[in-house]
Amino acid sequence: MRRASWFNITSLTLGFAFLYLPMVLLVIYSFNSSKLVTVWAGFSTKWYGELLQNDAFLNAALVTLKVAVVSSTLATVLGTMAAYILVRGGRFAGRTLFSGMIYAPLVMPEVITGLSLLLLFIGIGLDRGTLTIVLAHTTFSMCYVSVVVSSRLVTFDRSLEEAALDLGCSPFDAFRLVTLPIIAPAVISGWLLAFTLSLDDLVIASFTTGPSSTTLPIKIWSAVRLGVSPEINALSTIMIGIVTFGVIAASLISKRKAVKAQRDVRAAERAVT
Amino acid sequence: MNIRRFILIAVPYAWLLALFLIPFIIVFKISLSDLALSIPPYSPTAKDGISAMFKAFDLENFIFLASDDLYWRAYLSSLKIALISTILAVLVGYPMAYGMARAPEEWRPTLMMLVILPFWTSFLIRVYAWVGILSNEGLLNQFLLWLGIIDAPLTIMNTTTAVYIGIVYTYLPFMILPIYAALDRLDESLIEAAEDLGCSRLKAFWLVTIPLSRNGIIAGCFLVFIPALGEFVIPSLLGGSGTLMIGKVLFEEFFNNRDWPVASAVAVILLLILIVPIVLFQRNQQRQAEVES
Repeated sequence: MRRASWFNITSLTLGFAFLYLPMVLLVIYSFNSSKLVTVWAGFSTKWYGELLQNDAFLNAALVTLKVAVVSSTLATVLGTMAAYILVRGGRFAGRTLFSGMIYAPLVMPEVITGLSLLLLFIGIGLDRGTLTIVLAHTTFSMCYVSVVVSSRLVTFDRSLEEAALDLGCSPFDAFRLVTLPIIAPAVISGWLLAFTLSLDDLVIASFTTGPSSTTLPIKIWSAVRLGVSPEINALSTIMIGIVTFGVIAASLISKRKAVKAQRDVRAAERAVT
Repeated sequence: MNIRRFILIAVPYAWLLALFLIPFIIVFKISLSDLALSIPPYSPTAKDGISAMFKAFDLENFIFLASDDLYWRAYLSSLKIALISTILAVLVGYPMAYGMARAPEEWRPTLMMLVILPFWTSFLIRVYAWVGILSNEGLLNQFLLWLGIIDAPLTIMNTTTAVYIGIVYTYLPFMILPIYAALDRLDESLIEAAEDLGCSRLKAFWLVTIPLSRNGIIAGCFLVFIPALGEFVIPSLLGGSGTLMIGKVLFEEFFNNRDWPVASAVAVILLLILIVPIVLFQRNQQRQAEVES
């Protein structure tokens, strides 16, 4: 049964064409020398040159990166703590409320999250700027991190932690020496997820930003409202390129690790028999 | 040790209380306030004293929402757009998930990566990519004119059709992944048994494969429907001024009209509408988890 039928090949080809064609066209037209984005007038890299000279975009990119690094790191720490509490924490007062607050932001429309945080920041008189974006991004991405990490925590063998405790580890050492290395891949993918969510966010950042700190998505948004621009195509191409490179590299690394782990298991089996 | 445990629980708990729950209470509170020409633009504020605050609260904003048919139409058209997009996403996503589950074993990690990769690229850029394709002088119209299928450019940009395309395109991975997960687990001998017992391939698909992947379909539908309902970027960028969606109305009420109390009331009602699908989704997930364990 496991053979590719014509129907399956067609549906996959059409489906992936639908998913990828828009991005491929975007990349191709970023090398178009014409200012008219839909008319091809020859190959050129001039829009990349102009992009590099555009200080507003470079500044926005810098702000975005700063926000993303700080918020995803904070979110990873808080999200891992939250996941650990939910999976290993046992009973405590207000556990239901806690797990509700972890899952609710995942399904909350961004406009509502953004609006509510803005009203909070204004209510307590906190000036809007980079700090408020970091707080907002940390809050929603910690929930994603916690979901990713807790799905790993659920599947791993608890007796390993108990063994460490029996052998005299403090709970903190048991976490540091046993649990953390095992859940590390989930923690890393949680960080990456939080990082991309923060890089990508337009709506929540628009609500929580101040006049001094414009992030890249806000900058892109105000540009694309006016229609297609070749500079934005160039910028998009760079962003697509970075992501593609990152995802392919990550999958190759994890594949190699899996192969190595398999080889180790086989070597261990040989050693036993 | 107990202090450590307390800190471990208290830090993320306090964070979420302060930055998730309390903001909602504020939204709820402001939705009951009156518009005022001050900063912040609503009254009464907490400065006026708690009792004055409660006395001044009323359902005025909600009555206003109910009486102005702009909001009714926006809620209804959001529901309609989210529903139709979800159905379209099933129709596009199911054959893809099916094809992936039937693909040779060694292709599957690559196909999986191809589905996930768009999810990592910027959402805004993926929506923006369609602007150059769908506009009147865009690539799709150029292509169709070149083929000779149409004589005059089609108007797709700034219509609801463009919004459907945008939503299906951006949320397709959310539909494919749960369906693929369900189909991947499916025991193929069941289909063979159905065929041995005289079912045609189509009938076996309808009677065995579809019911057994039902949970994947349901999960995928919720994962598309819920975010689509409150969507702001796609209707603003592709739908133009003619497309009414509640996320867009909220955004405009807040930033253009600066009517915070009404924007908050819109948010409260959107939340109430969302609670039903969210609770249903949770139940579906729980039931599935119980079946598996």
